[in-house]
Amino acid sequence: MSNKQFEGTSNYVATEELKMAVNAALTLERPLLIKGEPGTGKTQLALEVAKSLDAPLIEWHIKSTTKAHQGLYEYDAVSRLRDSQLGDERVHDISNYIVKGKIWEAFHSDKRAVLLIDEIDKADIEFPNDLLQELDRMEFFVYETQELITAKHRPLIIITSNNEKELPDAFLRRCFFHYIRFPEIETMQEIVEVHYPDLKKDLLAEALGLFFQVREANGLKKKPSTSELLDWIKLLLSEDLTAEALREQSTDNILPKMHGALLKNEQDVHLFERLAFLNKRKQNR
Amino acid sequence: MFIHFFFDLRKAGIPVSISELLSLLNALQAKIASFNINEFYYLSRTALVKDERFYDRFDQVFSSTFKGLESDSLEEVLGQIPKEWLKKQAEKFLSDEEKKKIESLGGWEELMETLKKRLEEQKEEHHGGNKWIGTGGTSPFGAYGYNPEGVRIGQHESRHRSAAKVWDKREFRNLDDSVELNTRNIKVALRRLRKFARQGSPDVLDMEDTIRSTAANAGYLDLKMVPERHNAIKVLLLLDVGGSMDDHIRICEELFSAAKTEFKHLEYFYFHNFTYEHLWKDNTRRHTNITSTMEIINRYPSDYKLIFVGDASMSPYEITYPGGSVEHWNKETGATWFQRLTNAFPHTVWLNPDAEKNWDRKPSNQITRELMNERMFPLTIAGLDSAIKTLLKAPKPTIPVAQLETED
Repeated sequence: MSNKQFEGTSNYVATEELKMAVNAALTLERPLLIKGEPGTGKTQLALEVAKSLDAPLIEWHIKSTTKAHQGLYEYDAVSRLRDSQLGDERVHDISNYIVKGKIWEAFHSDKRAVLLIDEIDKADIEFPNDLLQELDRMEFFVYETQELITAKHRPLIIITSNNEKELPDAFLRRCFFHYIRFPEIETMQEIVEVHYPDLKKDLLAEALGLFFQVREANGLKKKPSTSELLDWIKLLLSEDLTAEALREQSTDNILPKMHGALLKNEQDVHLFERLAFLNKRKQNR
Repeated sequence: MFIHFFFDLRKAGIPVSISELLSLLNALQAKIASFNINEFYYLSRTALVKDERFYDRFDQVFSSTFKGLESDSLEEVLGQIPKEWLKKQAEKFLSDEEKKKIESLGGWEELMETLKKRLEEQKEEHHGGNKWIGTGGTSPFGAYGYNPEGVRIGQHESRHRSAAKVWDKREFRNLDDSVELNTRNIKVALRRLRKFARQGSPDVLDMEDTIRSTAANAGYLDLKMVPERHNAIKVLLLLDVGGSMDDHIRICEELFSAAKTEFKHLEYFYFHNFTYEHLWKDNTRRHTNITSTMEIINRYPSDYKLIFVGDASMSPYEITYPGGSVEHWNKETGATWFQRLTNAFPHTVWLNPDAEKNWDRKPSNQITRELMNERMFPLTIAGLDSAIKTLLKAPKPTIPVAQLETED
């Protein structure tokens, strides 16, 4: 086991507490469960951890139809049946029909891998329970070939959740947990600087000011998040806007320029328009 | 000390287990955190707390456990808070309703007296390590302690004495508790109300049946299909509208919109205060476009889950007497109709948006609870959870109509 610690990377700003959580999971070889508002960089974390540890990243994206055993292996009974009817030689060896899943892949990686189980809450309620033993002991049994698969190097497992379902207690006990809080204005500044290093100071200040103003508008259905801010700034840059233009637009036209990147819901756009209008009237008085 | 900390956490209602404590100790042994209390705070939180809802409680327990090391005399703490300041702060942030409650407790002077007394009591119990007013949760101060900007002595003190500690900032206050309900977390709660069944056109391969029938077919492939699994739960939602329910409109709207997207089979009707012979679907045409309750009972099969939403606060006559309705002359009592409904749909719960502490004060609520056989739950996430558990269990027996009719 290498004693490498996670320190954040050149394009990912990790807070103290996040680093602590990742390092605890790394050292004790426990899965790390990450929750947080959408767009605060949960999935990105796994990518960056893998990059900074120079470990292969294996991604397993969960859908509502995903079953736990699909992560381990699948026995392709239908092709074996077909082969048997065609008289194929392969049919005599059952291991030809065992399809490896992502967890198997991570267990058999030559280096310690980072396994991302993305959006675990999308799966059925029983899904996490079906993986308890595998995540705890880092081994599982293949019944078809009577073979025990054990992890060569215990992978760092990062699990993300959007809180659509509650996870079972037994599962939670085996994980470390971290909730990514929405960054404060200073952290946000750091994040934007990491992504757009040549952004002009005044444009950044203006954009951030507008962004937090939008976020603080009461009653928005979906508050814009970090990833939306980054998209928005990208748009502003590609339009080559200056800070003055941004300021002008925002008082002139009520809605901030390119608001489509920030507000994803027409009710929110209307609401914000109304709020901004009221605000402006107050100012003009 | 960790053991104490551990039990304090459990006492605060955070579900920590021995294995989590051991893994924290393990992590400490592995020297992940150095001897820095901030790092220790982060590490212990990551190892022990598995849900952001508990972050706030964790902060409070952490504060009380590890701040107890520095000893401050209580007089000092009290002396630091001018009474006027406290009053001003509270007035600024308390709602009218809360102010009224303070009045009912005997006004400000009284409250401050009690506060002083309470502080003295806590001095004696100081060995327990808990010196913070506002973490108790039961005293009036506890209540204000939970109030975001209320009388929070702990924080005031720490700001003045030293740099604010992370856990004393209590930034996760908003994530705690079931008080905050929105459409999304209602949906999450409702999602547990599911029962899968296969219905509709067969479009998914049934592996087991295929293998079985292929074997039976002398090895020739014989594909078998089944319909996909769907949530087969059917819900009949009856909502109280108007009158005292006006205070709870927002939360009911949210419940309704969450339920509407969550269940394929959702039927809803409105009633006013209590159920009588008619219900209606469109509140603007409630007098012209009505559905007879009997028809509803006959129309929907008994496997529908019946959910009442209402504050059950009215005059008791509206339930127990013929003609008690505030809107029309009802020949039969509301209770009779209510019993008919609950007998027709034995899987039933009552969700009450009114705070649970008010329930016992209202006779109509007590009657309703009796009629419901105690299946009334507050409209919070926790309440919704237990309501759903109840719905999925075998139904409790309700009092038969006949027995009730002979009662009066």
